[in-house]
Amino acid sequence: MTEEIIIAGFGGQGVLSMGKILAYSGVMQNQEVSWMPSYGPEMRGGTANVTVIVSDERISSPILNKFDTAIILNQQSMDKFENAVKPGGLLIYDPNGITRHPERKDINIYSIAAADEASKIGLSKVFNMMVLGGFLKLKPIVQLENIRKGLEKSLPSRHHKLIPENEKAITIGQDLIQPVHVL
Amino acid sequence: MGELRLMKGNEAVAEAAIRAGCDGYFGYPITPQSEVMEYLMVERPYETSGMVVLQAESEVAAINMLYGGAGTGKMVMTSSSSPGVSLMQEGISYLAGAELPALIVNIVRGGPGLGTIQPSQADYFQAVKGGGHGDYHMIVYAPASVQEMADFVQIGFDVAFKYRTPVMILSDGAIGQMMEKVYLADPVARLTDEEVVARCPWASNGRPMSRGHNIITSLDLDPAGQERLNLVLQEKYREIEETEVRFEMIDCEDAEYIFVAFGLSARICQKAMQLARNKGIKVGLFRPITVFPFPKNEIRELGLKVKGMLVVEMNAGQMIEDVQLSVGCNIPIKHYGRFGGIIPTPDEVLKALEEKIIGG
Repeated sequence: MTEEIIIAGFGGQGVLSMGKILAYSGVMQNQEVSWMPSYGPEMRGGTANVTVIVSDERISSPILNKFDTAIILNQQSMDKFENAVKPGGLLIYDPNGITRHPERKDINIYSIAAADEASKIGLSKVFNMMVLGGFLKLKPIVQLENIRKGLEKSLPSRHHKLIPENEKAITIGQDLIQPVHVL
Repeated sequence: MGELRLMKGNEAVAEAAIRAGCDGYFGYPITPQSEVMEYLMVERPYETSGMVVLQAESEVAAINMLYGGAGTGKMVMTSSSSPGVSLMQEGISYLAGAELPALIVNIVRGGPGLGTIQPSQADYFQAVKGGGHGDYHMIVYAPASVQEMADFVQIGFDVAFKYRTPVMILSDGAIGQMMEKVYLADPVARLTDEEVVARCPWASNGRPMSRGHNIITSLDLDPAGQERLNLVLQEKYREIEETEVRFEMIDCEDAEYIFVAFGLSARICQKAMQLARNKGIKVGLFRPITVFPFPKNEIRELGLKVKGMLVVEMNAGQMIEDVQLSVGCNIPIKHYGRFGGIIPTPDEVLKALEEKIIGG
């Protein structure tokens, strides 16, 4: 199994940390992982993205131009990465702020209204975990118990009290995700 | 063995230095390598092992602090990125001339000039051919993973002291910034003063009555003396070429074509190899791990068995000169590169192989 994922959105949406938690969870179940962020200008207010690869085998390039899954959280990222999904692959997007919805017919497309839901129930800090929950419902590449271990590893210990909130967000995200176009 | 972590390449360098028993880190912040010093400042090894972590006033100061520390036999290191490493060149030449062990990490970014903060491999010539003045070399390691970023810290210190020479880890912004699994070696204690004296009888760290002065200098106004030093250095470099070469070959046994690439480019070529083999193109990868000493004998032998080589670098064609010198001109050897912080994609690399070598 090799899953090649791009997660893309605005800086501050938790794109990089979502990738980090996913990567740590892969480590916890003894898989190979790589986490390759965009860095530099993107970190200073523009778009942010991270390539995460989780695999049973040694990972070759940590930098890719085609992905099994794209998780897209703003319009700029939709413009940039819709066409980078492999045919038959998966595109997940949050429709909040999306002006041009995905148009491809050769991939599976799901939407998750996580931004709206998160602000409605006052959990906007764990918006990214709702999105992760949605992804894991479709592709359970890491087990939830390993997500918990990944959270423990990637969050500083002063934030460990937030882990139950993160786990709740994952569960909410699993219920929230909706098919848009399924092959 | 050791401890498993998920870390950035830059963090792995810093943690590996602590665990290797490094005595002092001297540096100046620059993207994309600032996490090395940031990590050390968070870990505060000065409160546990006594390792010095010091932000110098400039890269010029940092490299000369290495000169001072290394002259006393201490294990010292610095890290920077391309423009900062350019500033260090005079000091690196002095380290080589004074035969001092030191570890220098270059997390390369796009140039020339201030360039960009994105990854590049355009400092190959500077690292391998002697960016400073005079006839000298460093031993230069080109890691392709976070694991190797950690491993080459300990290995780098070992060979630096074995040969009394500056050693460089030549990496790039992508490997510095990305996270992968890394197994960290168990920590070893810093050497005691007595152990330093025993390991470095040449060091200037206090003269007992039993010996004369140890003088650390790269200056000899007598040309005969200076020539003697140069002969010693050249003999050392020949020994290094015989004993310290490292390389990796992947799927070369049945290969008709070869990608030659170091560091991050080699990882991209591995993906391009999978794509090529899916199309029935038999391609292998030759990855120099030391770029000085260059694995010239091994690549020459490989050149006798294949139809062509594509050298893939994130520069305008630097290592290709060493490949051509090693292999000769019996087979086509072409270059594919992207510059200024652009990373080539596996698709592009495969297309270049098809157009420049197979169809060329």
